[in-house]
Amino acid sequence: MAKKLPADNNDRLQKIAHDLRITVIKSLEKAKSGHTAGSLGTAEIFTVLYFSELKIDPKKPEKTSRDRFFLSNGHICPILYAALSERGFFDPSEMNRFRQINSLLQGHPDRKTPGVETAGGSLGQGISVAVGTALGLKMSKSDNRTYVMTSDGELNEGQTWEAAMLAAKYKLDNLTWIIDRNLIQIGGFTKQVMPLENLRDKIESFNWYVLEIDGHSIDEIKSSFSMAKRISKRPTAIIAHTVPGKGVSFMEDDPSWHGKPPSPKEAEKAIEEIKKLKKKINED
Amino acid sequence: MSKSTKRELRSTRDAFGETLLDLAKENSKIVVISADLAESTRILPFAKKYPERFIEVGVAEQNMASVAAGLSFTGKIPVMASFGVFSPGRNWDQIRVSICYNDANVKMFATHTGLSADRDGATHQSLEDIAIMRALPNVKILSPCDFWEAKRAVKAAFEIEGPVYVRLSRAKTEVITTPQHSFKIGKMRIMEKGEKIALVGTGTIVSDGLNAAQEINKKHPNTVRVINCPTIKPFNIKDLLKSLGGIRKIITIEEHQIDAGFGSLICEMLSEEREKYLISRVGMNNEFGESGSFEELKKKYRMDKEGIKKIILDKIKNE
Repeated sequence: MAKKLPADNNDRLQKIAHDLRITVIKSLEKAKSGHTAGSLGTAEIFTVLYFSELKIDPKKPEKTSRDRFFLSNGHICPILYAALSERGFFDPSEMNRFRQINSLLQGHPDRKTPGVETAGGSLGQGISVAVGTALGLKMSKSDNRTYVMTSDGELNEGQTWEAAMLAAKYKLDNLTWIIDRNLIQIGGFTKQVMPLENLRDKIESFNWYVLEIDGHSIDEIKSSFSMAKRISKRPTAIIAHTVPGKGVSFMEDDPSWHGKPPSPKEAEKAIEEIKKLKKKINED
Repeated sequence: MSKSTKRELRSTRDAFGETLLDLAKENSKIVVISADLAESTRILPFAKKYPERFIEVGVAEQNMASVAAGLSFTGKIPVMASFGVFSPGRNWDQIRVSICYNDANVKMFATHTGLSADRDGATHQSLEDIAIMRALPNVKILSPCDFWEAKRAVKAAFEIEGPVYVRLSRAKTEVITTPQHSFKIGKMRIMEKGEKIALVGTGTIVSDGLNAAQEINKKHPNTVRVINCPTIKPFNIKDLLKSLGGIRKIITIEEHQIDAGFGSLICEMLSEEREKYLISRVGMNNEFGESGSFEELKKKYRMDKEGIKKIILDKIKNE
């Protein structure tokens, strides 16, 4: 069932990102609930993680020597599931059962899903769990790395900063923290709900190495991950600037798409738009 | 009466600290996380002996719980220790999601439970931890009655896979078991024989119950039975029924709020049985504590030997 890793070139990865977007739209439409904007906005990051960066084996999801990715903002799990499914962790037909009774794919991540490393959804916890794992891997002198994604609205949770202090204290250079900086949260724009700026200064002052990237540039995502590996004695945070709802014109940058699924008509239109984007790569 | 005064006084937190050190010697997977209470929770000797296996997260109990879960995912067996009011009091959601829902192999130890934070006052007295922990799936809850039982409970926590919560006290309380007593999760023990009324208790207050029962049994022979329940979850109703042996008059004793705590648990379990039971609950009666010595607090809030005796005598009178 596990698919062979495709050739690691940027066009190929960009196409996969669009495929994941289509999977997300279909699955959300079918579920009639779920979080659209963040899932679409992080498609490139998930593609690079699961198709280029992480040392993982879909046939042995619990292999001891594996890299770990923790999704702290569990509500964008449709994109995680799409990546895991595309990578062969479970049968793609499961995507049709997202949020349904007796499903492998819960509304927020559950460790029963192959490839899911932690339950997430109560915000602020995933980064602490990742810090714990990075500490454990260091204690065991493992070469494997730990990655965690949080949203930006999630940074309102004080626990995030408890975890950030601890990671710096123990010099966890095996930890990469990706922040989906899409400027929205459930109640509106982050600057209205709870201003976070200057975010870079905040995290740097916690003694992290900080990078800022275009979260839709496959190239920048890849090179930021490489850079993080070269940093020693400090954890790395990557502030990934993303467009929520990316790829679908009527969803982009609109906070109202944070927590709702597309209707069948909207889904059809969205998929059409994404397919066009994909086709454009072929033509280029 | 003379029997009780001769008993040795030791704290269950000391039992925890000593046992942890013993276990750590044999099991290198054990790592310990502190939230700035290493001395009070008795994990300091471990920290000194195994600094490479000790993590200090600072005053951050929420982080502590989720970090513990993350450590467990790398094969470590994380131990986290704090006062009961802070863990699980402060970090219940992290315990719920990061530890219990993930079914993470984390061992949680709360010291200073019940009234044992005494002079620190109500903010530090953990009288609700059983209530909030027993509502969670996947976790096992142990509440030893004395030093020796605490040693065995701590050991038992590491013999099973998955989350375990162990409720410990700061107070030096009477040692009522011996190192030879057997201990099995889910198993109860009859501490005193009697046929009319059963005192069913958990934690160090069992020693007060035992003293009360023994005094009464001197005057009214064979009246009060004392049943010690060191396992709160999973609760073994079969063993309780067996230990009750047909006694229908019950007094529950706990150093905890009587609502949603151990007494409530006994009421819930017995209400599902065919027989009818008459149950009185001794514990904190829906109020906060205050500053004072441990003995003064137990007396004022009727959780000492005399308080328990009074309830028993009332029950005998109303027969």
